[in-house]
Amino acid sequence: MSAVSVTTVYAWELRKLAAQKRTYIGLGCALLVPLIFIVSLLADDGSPEGIPFGEYVRESGLAIPLVGLYFGAFWFFPLVTALVAGDIVAAEDGHGTLKTILTRSVERWQIFAAKVLATLTYAFGALALFVVVGLVLGGVFWGFDPLVSLSGTEISLGRSFALLGGATLAYALPTFAVASIAVLLSTVTRNSAAAVVSTLMFSLILQLLGIISALDFLQPYLLPRQFNAWQGLLRDPIDWAPIVRAAWVSALYGLPCLAWAFTHFLRRDVAGG
Amino acid sequence: MTPAIEARGLVKRYGELTAVDHVDLTVRSGDVYGYLGPNGAGKTTSLRMLLGLIRPDEGSATLFGRDPLLEGARALDGVAGFVEAPRFYPYLSARKNLELVAALDGGDAAERIDDALETVDLTARRHDKVRGYSHGMKQRLGIAGALLRDPKLLLLDEPTTGLDPAGMRDMRALVHRLAEDGLTVLLSSHLMSEVEDLCDRVAIVSRGRVVYEGALDELIATTAGRYDLRTTDDAEAALIARRAPGVRGVTVSRAGIALEGDESAVAHLTLELAQAGIGLRALVPRTATLEELFFRMTEGSAEHDAPALVPA
Repeated sequence: MSAVSVTTVYAWELRKLAAQKRTYIGLGCALLVPLIFIVSLLADDGSPEGIPFGEYVRESGLAIPLVGLYFGAFWFFPLVTALVAGDIVAAEDGHGTLKTILTRSVERWQIFAAKVLATLTYAFGALALFVVVGLVLGGVFWGFDPLVSLSGTEISLGRSFALLGGATLAYALPTFAVASIAVLLSTVTRNSAAAVVSTLMFSLILQLLGIISALDFLQPYLLPRQFNAWQGLLRDPIDWAPIVRAAWVSALYGLPCLAWAFTHFLRRDVAGG
Repeated sequence: MTPAIEARGLVKRYGELTAVDHVDLTVRSGDVYGYLGPNGAGKTTSLRMLLGLIRPDEGSATLFGRDPLLEGARALDGVAGFVEAPRFYPYLSARKNLELVAALDGGDAAERIDDALETVDLTARRHDKVRGYSHGMKQRLGIAGALLRDPKLLLLDEPTTGLDPAGMRDMRALVHRLAEDGLTVLLSSHLMSEVEDLCDRVAIVSRGRVVYEGALDELIATTAGRYDLRTTDDAEAALIARRAPGVRGVTVSRAGIALEGDESAVAHLTLELAQAGIGLRALVPRTATLEELFFRMTEGSAEHDAPALVPA
């Protein structure tokens, strides 16, 4: 047998995801939530108050995905990400198929790398879908007027689109960390439901820690806080500090989890199935 | 010549339980090798260690001279098979599953998919999702998946378990055919008839230990030299037999006389019986079946009656 590339394994991981219902549940939620938000705006005169860009949702379609990103940080994106990331290894244990793929001409590290890449592809895909659906539908109903920055200055239309793209990329940083935690739990627990629920619980516990005033010193290092780092891009001038912190804090959560999961996956006995 | 499989001192412990206890195996190229033992004897754990799925606590295993734990997937070149029931993705069709494993094999494995499906008679059901497959169909799909690798060595773990009689017959015919094509086969089974039918060499494993390893016909031959004798006067015949040179182990029961001796000694005894006016009703050589030997070795009963076995 000849050498098999990670790209080949990755392509098959994507095809497996494309054949599973949970993938469509996650992507469906990423599509439906902005749709429901827009329908609720059309059905009512009110606007979300006290949140970034909440007052502009009826003035520019560009504000819709930004408000969605703010709300999505609480549980929506951790859940959508964990839905697949928590299943990606555990499902192989559930189906007993690890022994099937580990007795072919691929190394364990290749399987693991392909699974992580497929997980991130799904998670970032769901994020992009969420933003694009909100943007397009928001634009259809309220047009694409330039955004007003969080500092009160007007941003040109072209720069508004670029900053929305940047905000989505900044949001991908903590999404990577959540995905990594879910992959670790999926690898170690070998149980999809346990991995998905544990990831969500972990995320919610971090949010609870964030509202305890005695733990204020922890705030900058809690993962939920990093989901709001994108707001730094929409200040004038841009505040890069939260973006940079989101990058290293997310790496601090995500990389050790992936390293642990990788080591465990490489050395574990495949005794079931 | 490098053996197809060589395991030396394999040990696997789970807490207090020693599932595999210093197992040595040598499977030569071209062997159809039976790995025989009762359920829970450690057969599947041994096979998983051979394939690199489980790390042994002690010992090592090589396939064509390569250790899967040291060389990874390269050590599995030319090796295929399955442990316990073959498993596939239930939400994919049989063909898609084979396309997936062929992609993970690389080379020209994908070109063999149609032939493999034909070989296991699943062509008509190839587009059905595996979720709807019967146990027997999954077993056959497991064989098809193995054939994609164009293997020189096939490891099959209880391939007929759960199959109906027709499925068992078809599976055995398939293994026969593959063996005739020159494949080396390691067949793990607890079915004596299956091993007797298919294998030329065996290892018998009990409580994690190999209690016999060698040629199947040599094992059976260790029990040669036993005879059942029925005559017109068993009591008198038994007295004569006990005095006859070269005849030993004479016992009398309602069923007749049981004795041991080589062919010439027994032939001489028949002449003595004739001279004494005792007629022969039956003289039947009694060879132990594999099943009898298996139970003697694995249940530890009547150990003193067991034939002299080749030390494993």
